Amino acid sequence: MKFDAPASDNPIDRLKVVGQPVDRIDGPRKTTGTAPYAYERHEVVPNQAYGHVLGAGIAKGRITAIDASAAKAAPGVLAVVTTLDMPRLEKGVTNTASLFGGPDIQHYHQAIAVVVAESFEQARDAAAMIRVGYAPQRGRFDLTAEAPKAELASADSGAPPQEDRVGDFEGAFAQAAIRLDETYSTPDQSHAMMEPHATIAAWEGEKLTIWTSNQMIAWGKRDLARTLGLPAENVRVDSPFVGGGFGGKLFLRADAVLAALGARAAGRPVKVALTRPLMANNTTHRPATIQHIRIGAAPDGRITAIAHVSLSGDLEDGGPETAVAQTKLLYAGRNRLTALRLAVLDLPEGNAMRAPGEAPGLMALEVAMDEMAERLGMDPIEFRVVNDTQVDPDDPDRPFSQRQLIECLRHGAQRFDWSRRAATPGQRREGRWLLGMGVAVGFRNNLVMASGARVRLDRDRGVTVETDMTDIGTGSYTIIAQTAAEMMGVSLDKVTVHLGDSSFPASAGSGGQWGGNSATAGVYAACVKLREAVAGRLGFNSAEAEFVEGMVRAGNRGVRLGDAAGADGLTAEDKMEYGDLAKRYQQSTFAGHFVEVAVDAATGESRVRRMLAVCAAGRILNPKSARSQVIGAMTMGVGAALMEELAVDTRRGFFVNHDLAGYEVPVCADIPHQEVIFLDEVDPISSPMKAKGVGELGICGVGAAVANAIYNATGVRVRHYPITLDKLLEGLPATM
Amino acid sequence: MRPFTYERARTAAEAAVAARRPHAKFIAGGTNLLDLMKLQIETPTHLIDVNGLGLDRIEPTADGGLRIGALVRNTELAADERVRRDYAVLSRALLAGASAQLRNKATTAGNLLQRTRCPYFYDTAQPCNKRQPGAGCAAIGGVTRQLAVIGASEACIATHPSDMAVALRALDAVVETVKADGATRSIAIAEFHRLPGDTPQVETTLEASEFITGVILPPPLGGRHFYRKVRDRASYAFALVAVAAVVQRDGTGRVALGGVAHRPWRVEAAEATLPRGAKPTMAGILDGARPSHDNAFKLTLAERALASILAEARAEP
Ligand SMILES: Cc1cc2nc3c(=O)[nH]c(=O)nc-3n(C[C@H](O)[C@H](O)[C@H](O)COP(=O)(O)OP(=O)(O)OC[C@H]3O[C@@H](n4cnc5c(N)ncnc54)[C@H](O)[C@@H]3O)c2cc1C
Ligand code: SF4
Repeated sequence: MKFDAPASDNPIDRLKVVGQPVDRIDGPRKTTGTAPYAYERHEVVPNQAYGHVLGAGIAKGRITAIDASAAKAAPGVLAVVTTLDMPRLEKGVTNTASLFGGPDIQHYHQAIAVVVAESFEQARDAAAMIRVGYAPQRGRFDLTAEAPKAELASADSGAPPQEDRVGDFEGAFAQAAIRLDETYSTPDQSHAMMEPHATIAAWEGEKLTIWTSNQMIAWGKRDLARTLGLPAENVRVDSPFVGGGFGGKLFLRADAVLAALGARAAGRPVKVALTRPLMANNTTHRPATIQHIRIGAAPDGRITAIAHVSLSGDLEDGGPETAVAQTKLLYAGRNRLTALRLAVLDLPEGNAMRAPGEAPGLMALEVAMDEMAERLGMDPIEFRVVNDTQVDPDDPDRPFSQRQLIECLRHGAQRFDWSRRAATPGQRREGRWLLGMGVAVGFRNNLVMASGARVRLDRDRGVTVETDMTDIGTGSYTIIAQTAAEMMGVSLDKVTVHLGDSSFPASAGSGGQWGGNSATAGVYAACVKLREAVAGRLGFNSAEAEFVEGMVRAGNRGVRLGDAAGADGLTAEDKMEYGDLAKRYQQSTFAGHFVEVAVDAATGESRVRRMLAVCAAGRILNPKSARSQVIGAMTMGVGAALMEELAVDTRRGFFVNHDLAGYEVPVCADIPHQEVIFLDEVDPISSPMKAKGVGELGICGVGAAVANAIYNATGVRVRHYPITLDKLLEGLPATM
Repeated sequence: MRPFTYERARTAAEAAVAARRPHAKFIAGGTNLLDLMKLQIETPTHLIDVNGLGLDRIEPTADGGLRIGALVRNTELAADERVRRDYAVLSRALLAGASAQLRNKATTAGNLLQRTRCPYFYDTAQPCNKRQPGAGCAAIGGVTRQLAVIGASEACIATHPSDMAVALRALDAVVETVKADGATRSIAIAEFHRLPGDTPQVETTLEASEFITGVILPPPLGGRHFYRKVRDRASYAFALVAVAAVVQRDGTGRVALGGVAHRPWRVEAAEATLPRGAKPTMAGILDGARPSHDNAFKLTLAERALASILAEARAEP
């Protein structure tokens, strides 16, 4: 089915099941520990052995020798595969560095060997016996030091790198009455999801099956086949449950490749989980940015000039963090400049993490906006309202499909008691605590991706949906079941959903907050086909047939839906594809984030007291799971604001704090009352579901709202994240 | 983790004798030792389980203090009525540490002997004098935000991570031990942990195979007890700086610091200035500090944390 005109009325609009805050249908399996996660799938294949990955102990250089004799002789060891035993592997389309490094080492903890043994402990012990000789080389590990050598980069690989310009930024900025010219920075961050990357691999002749934890099944299958030089049809990938990914599992990673190589060497199925220390340096991370922002405005607050240039680093052939994405679209202003600069670094591979681009971009832009509002003597909300735009500022003929940003801010201000905020910072005190409020805008573009599904109707077993869509904790199972139930006119318990298997139709997958809307739209398409098949079998005119309460009705005839299936059942498969609506309209999601913090006047410890997000993001398919997405994202935003930072050793070239003791993320005690409001919105431009994404919108802007609240509390403006207490101490009130 | 053999000791003396075996280690709660064994930072070949020795009681001593058995869990110690009433600084320090689950397992002796959280110590691909004497120290000149500002050496700049030990230092506790030959001794807490010097791998004055039987708290000090642990998140994090203080009505008192040195840091001579406020006192306590660019803030932070304690001490009855 092709979606190339705005959606008209359709069965989803009935909202009997869709739009309802139903519980997760996979909840009981998760709470009883019976949802199968990759590493624990003991039953899928017998005789599983354990693999342990050895990561390189240097960041750059060459392996001169590997002595694995002690490891091979260690108790329980079945096989040792080192990178020197192998011809160099192909690289997956989505991988920047090789997943099995060597003899050249591209980054710290790049995988260089896998040991397979009867037990996990034996494999780990033997891996430590491998002696590796290195010839280290000097690397480039310091973004600031490499900045002068950075080059212009493009957001889309393929497009020529260029500055994006509208009007005459320099001229307008020079003449602006009120100006801001500041530099902000965000650190490298780790996804730090609960479940590590994990895979069980089994060969049957030349056919390979992996049970794994991956957000994008079709990409994983393609890249695994490519890496191992197999025909794609020989590879099956199964990932029904994913214990968090946040972008860290978008791509094929070393666990899958080394489980497959280990299994081939051992002649047995092998399971591999990356250990926590490997996750930071072996896999991907959100790259650090240094962002230069200039804004010029007239005294009435209207922005006349805005420029945002973001620098980040990556390995050779890598890409930039697209931290200026929102600045192209968020505020009006006639003269504009955005650009990305990219430096080559020999740190581990930078890549997508929840809301790549906007998350770090807004951490800078929305602090800059707060600073501008102060210079203008305006309330930060009014300043944003004055600069709202209903069209793409680059191309005024392209309207936003929906844009309720002002409504988000106004509604939030009222709900949060914004009027109690002191306009002058450092005014409110409660015992040892300095109190402050901050606001920031959340903005994330909505992407639509082609997505397929197969739907089956059985006489007694109801409706079964199969798609390779994944549920990374987001609630995909549930919203897909809701979609099928709504379309087929049955209750939720009559729908069974199977996900994450590459033998199912390829879906949008989970990434870029496109999964919810796109995957359900694919299910919608398949259900439309199934409805036609049902109507056809019953001799109904399919345009007139109504699917309600387990019945199919047309005119005065009514048939039980199951009966229409017949003895063999009915199956339909389709795929939703998209025309050029996304070109003609700008599709984005919006939020107002409000935060109140308390800062210890003596020690500078910042503790968040209240948080509110007001979101406008199309139809909310399930307010309960959507809320969970947003509060989780807000939590991650607090982490980004206050504590998360992969600490770079710029001499040795690695992230030093590579475990959850050193890489701090918020704990329960850090997260106070969180409130989420979804504004009523349907977006017929996005898909027949009229929905958009929320999972990434929730993090966008939160960091800046926290930063602005800390400024309001203390009068100390911190432009370099995370805002740890050492950056506040000098500006806090004197003690005795 | 290396393969190891295992035995359960039945008496403290027996445990000390068993520990004469090369590469033997005691295991109590296991919350630190097992993590380090998994990473092959500790590689004992023999474990002596000391959980069944009955050293899990808190008893009054003849002079009005308390004897805490070596195997008393952190949770029980923190909750003990006498500790909460008379040694609140200790109770608060314990509750500021780790998580409830860990405190349920962690023991008094194990807590004293927990090893540093220096991130380079945790990465066996990095040179570390504490892990591998003579290998060099990767931390010096590297990421040092958490590391020591005082008492460090050219060989090691790690800190001792315990909260409990900081409170014990303020209380002048005494560690009681037994050796393999049956001899017992009492080690003042001030003498128990060492500075790194040229031998950062030697962290205490315990002898090989010497076994801790308990910790003695002297009679109560009175005064108001504070434990201010400053950290980047609200819970479940090691201290950037921790201040244990016992402040008397007349403004005199004691101060010990955590998070700044290779052992709980206390300078008794500097406490004389406590009635004059945090600035002179902390200047005395941290005299000779040699922080790095990344952790110089700890000096200001320690002073400000103490100032806020003193303000609180003055404000309330
Ligand atoms: C995630 C995490 C967070 C933590 N956070 C904190 C924190 O914030 N603050 C804090 O203070 N601590 C913290 N800890 C450390 C925790 O307090 C220690 O792990 C615990 O106290 C160790 O006690 P244990 O009984 O488990 O020791 P074990 O691990 O059993 O032993 C530790 C060492 O003591 C030796 N030993 C044990 N008993 C004796 C004895 N009787 N005589 C001689 N030697 C003995 C062992 O041989 C071993 O070398 C944390 C730990 C973890 C894992
Ligand atoms: S500071 Fe001490 S523990 Fe850390 S790396 Fe150096 S020697 Fe090892």
